[in-house]
This record gives sequence, structure tokens and C-alpha cells, in this order.
Amino acid sequence: MADESRINISNAAEIVTARRQGRVLAVQLGFDGSELTVIATAISEIARNILEHAKDGEVIISRCNHRRKCGICVVARDSGPGIADIDQAMQYGYSTHKGLGIGLPGTKLLMDEFHIVSVVGQGTTVTMKKWRH
Amino acid sequence: MQVPILKQGNYLIASVQSALSDDDLRLLRDDLSDRVGRFRSTGVIIDVTALDVIDSFATRTLQSVAQMLKLRGAYTVIVGIRPDVAFVMVQLGLTLADVGAALDLEEALEHLNRRSHKPNEYRTMRTGDPRGSARGGGAPSRPTLSGVNRRQDQDEKPRSGHASPRSLEHGR
Amino acid sequence: MKRIVRRKPQNRDGVHPKAPSDEAKDVLLPQFVEHLRQNRTELCEQWITHIAQAELLTGMSEEETLTEATSVYDNYVEALESGSVEVLQAYARKLCDRIIPRGGETHEVVEIVLLLRDTLARSLLRKYQNDFKVFNIVLDAYEPAANRIANAVAVSFVQQQEEAIRKLSTPVLQVRERLLILPIIGVLDTRRARQLTEQLLRGIRDRRAKVVVVDITGVPVIDSKVANHLVQTVEASRLMGASVIITGMSSEIAQTLVTLGVDLSKVNTVGDLQGGIEEAERLLGYEVLRDPPCAGMEGHTGEKYASTHS
Ligand SMILES: Nc1ncnc2c1ncn2[C@@H]1O[C@H](COP(=O)(O)OP(=O)(O)OP(=O)(O)O)[C@@H](O)[C@H]1O
Ligand SMILES: [Mg+2]
Repeated sequence: MADESRINISNAAEIVTARRQGRVLAVQLGFDGSELTVIATAISEIARNILEHAKDGEVIISRCNHRRKCGICVVARDSGPGIADIDQAMQYGYSTHKGLGIGLPGTKLLMDEFHIVSVVGQGTTVTMKKWRH
Repeated sequence: MQVPILKQGNYLIASVQSALSDDDLRLLRDDLSDRVGRFRSTGVIIDVTALDVIDSFATRTLQSVAQMLKLRGAYTVIVGIRPDVAFVMVQLGLTLADVGAALDLEEALEHLNRRSHKPNEYRTMRTGDPRGSARGGGAPSRPTLSGVNRRQDQDEKPRSGHASPRSLEHGR
Repeated sequence: MKRIVRRKPQNRDGVHPKAPSDEAKDVLLPQFVEHLRQNRTELCEQWITHIAQAELLTGMSEEETLTEATSVYDNYVEALESGSVEVLQAYARKLCDRIIPRGGETHEVVEIVLLLRDTLARSLLRKYQNDFKVFNIVLDAYEPAANRIANAVAVSFVQQQEEAIRKLSTPVLQVRERLLILPIIGVLDTRRARQLTEQLLRGIRDRRAKVVVVDITGVPVIDSKVANHLVQTVEASRLMGASVIITGMSSEIAQTLVTLGVDLSKVNTVGDLQGGIEEAERLLGYEVLRDPPCAGMEGHTGEKYASTHS
């Protein structure tokens, strides 16, 4: 069982690949029901952000443990323009691209942990986790 | 990947087969818009049973397709949103405004039939009045008795050669 | 049964302009009740066959099933005749108590009552098959009565068998075609709330439900999490094409929701479960009335295969 997969994101088909990989690993880790769709959708959102706002980047999906907990960890990285005001970007309905502005705040709600680091001119990294309950 | 579109009477049915790229969706939108104009369709059914994820991008696109079709005089019903997908969509905060929803094709056709047999709604829909679609959605509105009879009469006329006594009464 | 149910509104407004309900109530329904009494043995047997076919009450012996079924039958006919469902309700409660220890589930009772409704409707059809006019009149009287009985039984056991429902693995109950009830009992935690919603949404798809009644009479307190969850459930059901009615909201809970600022504008609430089921039936009746276009739709479907595959 491959505990980590890395998917380059530079076109829409790769977003589909990333969320499929996420689903596969989540099943292996024992997630079930709507949690699988939660994980796939979260991956879809941040991979989509890479494509829409940074053109290309990568998504890394892996298993993670904390004490006795086991879960899935998703990292999305790009070297795009970065986000100047993260608080603003995390607000419901804020979008610079005529989007719904739901991607970032919505994904944060879906996952158990969500961190975003961004440097203007250097890029953005989103790290998020979902624990198996 | 292109989305196949079927014409069925006054309606169009588009079955989304797999996750769509921006280009696919743009194509679908233009295709539907073109055909709604050409066939004077009053309803469009978009079947998304095949989608295992509907994220904010897909929602936004479906909604914009529906809004554009509305301006062209057609009402859109989304069909086959899976249980898990529906649940995640609401957790994300996504809803489909201006769009009807139905469990399957049969239901969607019924939904559209019901709409097109409501005279005033029909009118607002054709003129693209935004109020005309404000009540989209799966929840049927409270029927009024006169509305019920009227719709039935309309239904009966084209089917049976002669109108029932009741509908004659109404017709006068 | 589907076809039969759909016939009703059409002929009420169309074929028989002079509403014949009084005649039906006074003359024809008693006639039908008499018919049911005379053919008791035969109809009971038919019904039991249907119960067996539906694999209900498998934990009970043939003899037990026959005894219980005959007794339900008698109570049922009595309820039809008198229009009073209390006796049957009381009996259903006792029946639940008896079948649950034997591995039966409470929702089976409702399904069984629905099977009886259908068995009798078929018998009705046979009896009046040569006179469709009379058939329609009797059906007009029978069907609402039969549905009222089924609903009353459902309500009685939902209220009385909270404990049993709590233990049900799938507490989503089907009262009749296209109508589901989700009784929520006890305090919800996030995990349980998620499971309930998942079950409900799958139930909607699997049983093609059009209306769902979520009864929260058994929920003592509500916090913002659970409240939001309720709203999410309503919204998700809508995305699948079903409407939700929430019943049993106490004034305390209503107040809490207002205080929490939960947006209930899109939520359809009705006082109690019985009222909720009635409202649901009205919504479904509205759907049923829409069936004439559905018959036209069959024409469309043919058309689709004939002309649009090009
Ligand atoms: N990887 C990224 N690189 C640069 N900017 C980003 C990135 N991700 C998000 N942003 C910025 O944050 C804003 C909010 O993102 P969010 O995903 O919430 O909304 P959106 O992508 O604009 O619309 P939606 O996701 O609803 O379709 C974006 O409009 C964009 O300006
Ligand atoms: Mg986004």
C-alpha cells in the first residue's frame, strides 16, 4: 500500500486524478460513507485553486498519525502569485476570479485541520487533515 | 469529453458522463443554449448521476448554465445528485438557486410538466422574469384548487379527443 | 395500487362532477365492509401470502402470524366501518410489544398494514371490476380511510415505541410510497447526526422518496450544531429532489433556534407528527394529481426513442 501519492496539477484532468487517489487512500485508511466524498471534494477544491489561481503546482496525499489517531493528510503546493490577505481569502464569498468564494472557507469546514501559508510572489501551501473517528 | 444531449418533446436532456473540464462545461453551455433556441425547448434536464464530486466550481458552472438557459426561456432541473454529494455540498455551503432538483429522469419530467402547466409561471418564465424561477427546487408549492383543476383540464384536452364535461365548463 | 391511487383525483374532478362522497359513505362503504367480513378467511390468506412474500415477520411461526393477522384484520375492518382508529392503534401498540422480542421490527407493522390496505383494494377491484363507476366511488371512500388507518398506526408506534426505534439500525421508516419518516430521539452528537443524515439521504434515493417527515419530538435540547445539521439535512434533501417537513418542535427549541439565529425560512415545520404526515400526503396528493401529464409523458418517452437518437 503506497502511503503517499504525488499528483502534478496543471490541467483539469489531473484534478480528477488527485481526488481519485485521495478516495483510494481514504478507503484504505478505513474512511467510509460521506467522509470519502468529503475528502475527494476538499482535494478537488484546493487542486482547483492551484489551477485557477496559480496555473500549476502539486498535491501530495499521505497517511498521517497522531497519538492513536490515524488520518489522511493532503498538502497542496504551488509557486504562483500567493495571497496577500489570507483572512480575506478565507471569508465566505470572497473571490478575485468571479468564483463563489467558497473553496477555501468551505474546505476548512469539511476537514478537521486546515492551515494555509502564502507568500506573495512565491506561492501558496495548504495543509489539511481529516482524522478517522 | 462532450456531453450527449437528447431532445424529448419540449425538453432537452443532457447526461454528464464524467467530471467536466472548464472547456467541456463551456461547450455544454453553448450547446444547450443553441438547442434551446433552435427547438424552443421550455425545459432542460441535466443528469449528474455520474458525478462523484460536485465542488464549488461545478456548482457555479451548473448554476450559470441554468441562469443562461432561463434567459433563453428554459427552466433547468438537475437530476441524480448522489446522497453523499448532496450532503457534502451543503456542508460546503453550496446550494443551487434558480434550479430545480429531482431524484431521477421520470421525476424531472414530471417536475417540468407540472411547471409548464401553470399558466402564470409559464408566462414569467418565457419573458425571463427572475421572479418566475424564484421558486425553483424540489419542494412543490401549495396547490390551489383552481390551479389543480385547470392543469388537469389542460392535460386532458390533447390526450382524449373530446374534452370532459368538467373541462368544457372551464373552457367557457 | 399506484394506478388505483392515481385514478382518484382525476375522476373526482373529471368523470363524476356530482361529488358522490355521501352516497359512497352511506351505502357503498358499508356494502364493502360486509364484503370484507364475508370473505375474511380468503382475504386473510391472501394477505398472509403477501406478508410472506415481502419477508416480513419471519421470526414468527405460521400459526402465530395467522392469529395476529386475523386479529389485525378484524380490527381493521372495524376501524373502516366506524371511522375510529383508536382500537386498531391500541392493538398495533400491543402487537409491536409482541413482535419486537421475536426479532420483528416496528416498521414491519406499518408495512403489514399497508399490505392489507392493498390486498383489500385489489379485492375491491375484483368485486367491482364490471362497474368501474361504482369502483371509483367506493375507492374514493376507501382509500382515504385506509390511509388514515395506516397513518394512525404509524403514528401510534412512532410515539409509543421510541425505545424500539432507538435500537433500529435504520430508523428511516417508510409509511407509504414516496413518504419517509425519520424520528429523531435523544441527544444528538455530531457523529450520530451525520449517520442519521446519511441514512436519510440514502433512504430518499433507494425508496424514491418525495417527502420526508423529520420528527424531533424526542429531542430534548438543541444546540447550534444540531440546529445547523437540521438545516443541512433539509437542504441536502432538496438537492436530491425531496421536500422535508419538520414536526414536533417544542416552543423551547423554537426559541433556542431563533436565539441562535438559525435560518429556518426554508424549513417547513408542522406542529405534530400526525399533522406532518397529513401535510406530506397533501404534498404527495399534489404530486399524484400531476399524474395525468405523467401519462402523457409515456408518449414522450416513446417519442424519444423514435426520433431523438438520430
Ligand atoms: N493557490 C492560490 N494561489 C493564489 N491565490 C489563491 C489560491 N487559492 C486561493 N486564492 C485566492 O483566494 C481567493 C478565495 O479562494 P476560494 O477558493 O475561497 O474562492 P474562489 O476559488 O475564488 O472561488 P470558488 O472556490 O468558490 O470557486 C481566490 O479568489 C484567490 O484570490
Ligand atoms: Mg476556489
